Amino acid sequence: MTSELLSYEDALASYDPVMGLEVHVELGTRTKMFCGCSTELGAEPNSQTCPTCLGLPGSLPVVNAIGVESAVKIGLALNCEIAEWCRFARKNYFYPDMPKNFQTSQYDEPIAFNGYLDVQLEDGEIFRVEIERAHMEEDTGKSTHVGGATGRIHGASHSLLDYNRAGIPLIEIVTKPIEGAGERAPEVAKAYVAELREVIKALNVSEARMDKGQMRCDVNLSLRPHGVEKFGTRSETKNVNSLRSVERAARFEIQRHAAVLSSGGTIVQETRHFHEDDGSTTSGRIKDNAEDYRYFPEPDLVPVAPARAWVEELRSGLPEMPRVRRNRLREEWGVSEHDMQSMLNAGAVDPIVATIEAGADAAGARKWWMGELARNANEQGVALDELPVTPAQVARVVALVSEGSLNDKLARQVIEGVLAGEGDPDAVVEKRGLKVVSDEGALGSAVDEAIASNAAIADKIRGGKVAAVGALVGAVMKTTRGQADAARVKELILERLGVEG
Amino acid sequence: MTDIIKLTAAEIASKIASGELTAVEVTEAHLARIEAVDEKVHAFLHVDREGALAQARAVDAKRAAGEKLGPLAGVPLALKDIFTTEGIPTTVGSKILEGWIPPYDATLTKRLKDADVVILGKTNMDEFAMGSSTENSAYGPTGNPWDLTRIPGGSGGGSSAALASYEAPLAIGTDTGGSIRQPAAVTGTVGVKPTYGAVSRYGMVAFSSSLDQGGPCARTVLDAALLHEVIAGHDPLDSTSIDAPVPPVVEAAKNGSVAGMRVGVVKQFAGEGYQAGVVQRFNESVELLKSLGAEIVELDCPSFDLALSAYYLIAPSECSSNLARFDAMRYGLRVGDDGTRSAEDVTALTREAGFGDEVKRRIILGTYALSSGYYDAYYGSAQKVRTLITRDFEKAFEQVDVIVSPTTPTTAFPIGERADDPMAMYLADLCTIPTNMAGNAAMSLPCGLAPEDGLPVGLQIIAPAMKDDRLYKVGAAVEAAFVEKWGHPLLEEAPSL
Repeated sequence: MTSELLSYEDALASYDPVMGLEVHVELGTRTKMFCGCSTELGAEPNSQTCPTCLGLPGSLPVVNAIGVESAVKIGLALNCEIAEWCRFARKNYFYPDMPKNFQTSQYDEPIAFNGYLDVQLEDGEIFRVEIERAHMEEDTGKSTHVGGATGRIHGASHSLLDYNRAGIPLIEIVTKPIEGAGERAPEVAKAYVAELREVIKALNVSEARMDKGQMRCDVNLSLRPHGVEKFGTRSETKNVNSLRSVERAARFEIQRHAAVLSSGGTIVQETRHFHEDDGSTTSGRIKDNAEDYRYFPEPDLVPVAPARAWVEELRSGLPEMPRVRRNRLREEWGVSEHDMQSMLNAGAVDPIVATIEAGADAAGARKWWMGELARNANEQGVALDELPVTPAQVARVVALVSEGSLNDKLARQVIEGVLAGEGDPDAVVEKRGLKVVSDEGALGSAVDEAIASNAAIADKIRGGKVAAVGALVGAVMKTTRGQADAARVKELILERLGVEG
Repeated sequence: MTDIIKLTAAEIASKIASGELTAVEVTEAHLARIEAVDEKVHAFLHVDREGALAQARAVDAKRAAGEKLGPLAGVPLALKDIFTTEGIPTTVGSKILEGWIPPYDATLTKRLKDADVVILGKTNMDEFAMGSSTENSAYGPTGNPWDLTRIPGGSGGGSSAALASYEAPLAIGTDTGGSIRQPAAVTGTVGVKPTYGAVSRYGMVAFSSSLDQGGPCARTVLDAALLHEVIAGHDPLDSTSIDAPVPPVVEAAKNGSVAGMRVGVVKQFAGEGYQAGVVQRFNESVELLKSLGAEIVELDCPSFDLALSAYYLIAPSECSSNLARFDAMRYGLRVGDDGTRSAEDVTALTREAGFGDEVKRRIILGTYALSSGYYDAYYGSAQKVRTLITRDFEKAFEQVDVIVSPTTPTTAFPIGERADDPMAMYLADLCTIPTNMAGNAAMSLPCGLAPEDGLPVGLQIIAPAMKDDRLYKVGAAVEAAFVEKWGHPLLEEAPSL
């Protein structure tokens, strides 16, 4: 595989990448786009269907008003113009998991168009990605091909069809050609999808979980020699479903295209499959002019005409945009661009904000979410906000630490208890008996004991080597099984030894 | 028994309400009539004997319990086999849906049931409502009760024949290019295509979504109005359904009058292809309207000459997409699924066997018209013509209250005569298509027999959108005048079966 690739540096030395990104977002509406069926994930196959989303003869669609509202919000957040009047269109093609054998979509009259999204790259540079359009459509059902080696239809003995997903509202967001990103093109692609996901989440129109297929990205890429205006032939890498994959797919395609072009070959316009395991893409179906969707306005639906006053009302109700909010939080919290990015990548920003709102200080909130909890989520392979702990509970742990009732070690155990379902922090403290030993008498005798059995160290401290106090603190912590306030122990030891701390 | 089947729907309803007849008696009389004559007529594809009697018994029980009955309670009806009926086969006249039992009722079906109308069964039709003779049914043709060797019109020939043969006093049709009005005209019955959006399309198997409209069929204008009122009205399940009160059609039918009305006669609805006897009866109808106090206004609607051509681009285009769902995956016919063939092959074999020639012709036509590179020239131009037709109607209705024309250029032609000549068949809808293109309302009612063949001629009345009541006001006046002139309803002159 690698033999067919040019090195990234060599590729960029000769060629200029042009990208187009198409992102599908599944809206989080309670019901489907054109019928009243539930959109809940994980139900029994085909249990959330009706005549309309099964495409039974005679059935008709009705537009989901919340779907339209969500589309307008997305359009506004992406600085788009909102159509005063637009229609749905039928995209005619055959596939067994598409009940009507046409997808109800939008064609030349998208609800939102001509916008942009500013994305911030890792070094803080802002790159403006222009948006061509955002339009409404419905998802297809889901095919499971059984019996083949690859899970693809080829070689399968039969296929199972689940129409629960059929008719779930989708917004497709299409960029204009992204030019001028040069060697940063893969980074721009990733940053754009990441930023878009944040925007969608901030609008509260979808959870935009890429791992659950709620957000899916197609990466279109072509190369042209430096100085040439005309775009090269593009490949369309479909269903690239993580931020990292978006970056890798773009990078791989740049190297692959460059290898083909520099050896005198031509790029075939085709769809390509992305492989998570090695980051490569392989040829899918050839896209030639034979594909004709025979679009025409959907006669079963009346046009959508968002009233201007309503659009303005939605505009004024938009939340603070994620990039603006992130910059504000970064300043408020006094953290670096890099740390902010880490929090963002970990999905920790919202939990931290909520924890601060629940009374914690910023540093304390950050420490737990980016430390113990991030590690835990990582181990279990779940998102931070899916952990069974609430921001209020984390805030309580921070409070217990700062009032001295817990030290870090005990606090970790409290968190562990909360995650294990043992109840609120106070309940865990109670049940597990995790109180810092603050009984001065008990602590005092433990300190005396430590000094007595470590006379040599005690002498060193008396002699001015205050740093050696750690060993005695450790001994005390050991005898108290960690339930002592380390700071207080240190104070007591120094006091006993007559040394200034 | 004979008496019961000759009663109008309004008479049946009032006799049931007064206790003079029971709904079961009425239903049994019609079931017996179907049993006696339908072998010859073949109006029905499916007779739901048990269901009909159960509905009738429920009506009688309601009356016995002193519950208030609706205006058509207990009246039997023949339902075109294009509306879904839960638990009852719905074939749309096609092999591709043979054996399909819908899991849901169309909104129209539900409304009929809620109104205690007794559904006798499902009527024959041209496959997917594509045709003007009912010869395109995959289940064999229907005979015209006036002459069983002739067509009963189409696509709703089963419904019109059921009325004309006294198998049912009421029927439901659907009209995409004339499929209610043309069958009514050639069988001497009454048929109304309401304003587009007046009757819900939910559960009506689609042919051409922007043109399809369900409507009432009956033997009298008043009966059609009573049925119109039951089936019309806003339906949240149909996004194109009109969210406004139903025009006062029953009141209009009870107060027929044309005095002081301006009635338009369109220049384009005449000329080559119109049978002499049809023209004669139409001209007499215009004279009659004048004598009843109407003012006649000549109108020029040049775009109407383009209507048929534009229709045969729009309707096939929409049908090519609407019928794409018949792929053998989820319901209906499946051919060639022997474990060795791909899904695509099974779909192709099923369509080959399941669709008739006319349906295939229109799918191919529509697929072509929508193809990239041809879209603007065909579908795009046809939509522009549609706009012109709408404008011509708008201009016309600035000058007149209603327009009249022959419903169809000829009387019923012999079965088989035009079966191999699609263009000749399409011409049957010359006068009805403009109304579908513009979305306004129209009615056909009998205006006499053509002297040369003794077959019924239909008079078409066209009203602006949402003014469906005008059809009934004018229709009732014309009907009353004709019945007075003839001494009896026209259908009395039909030979007995």
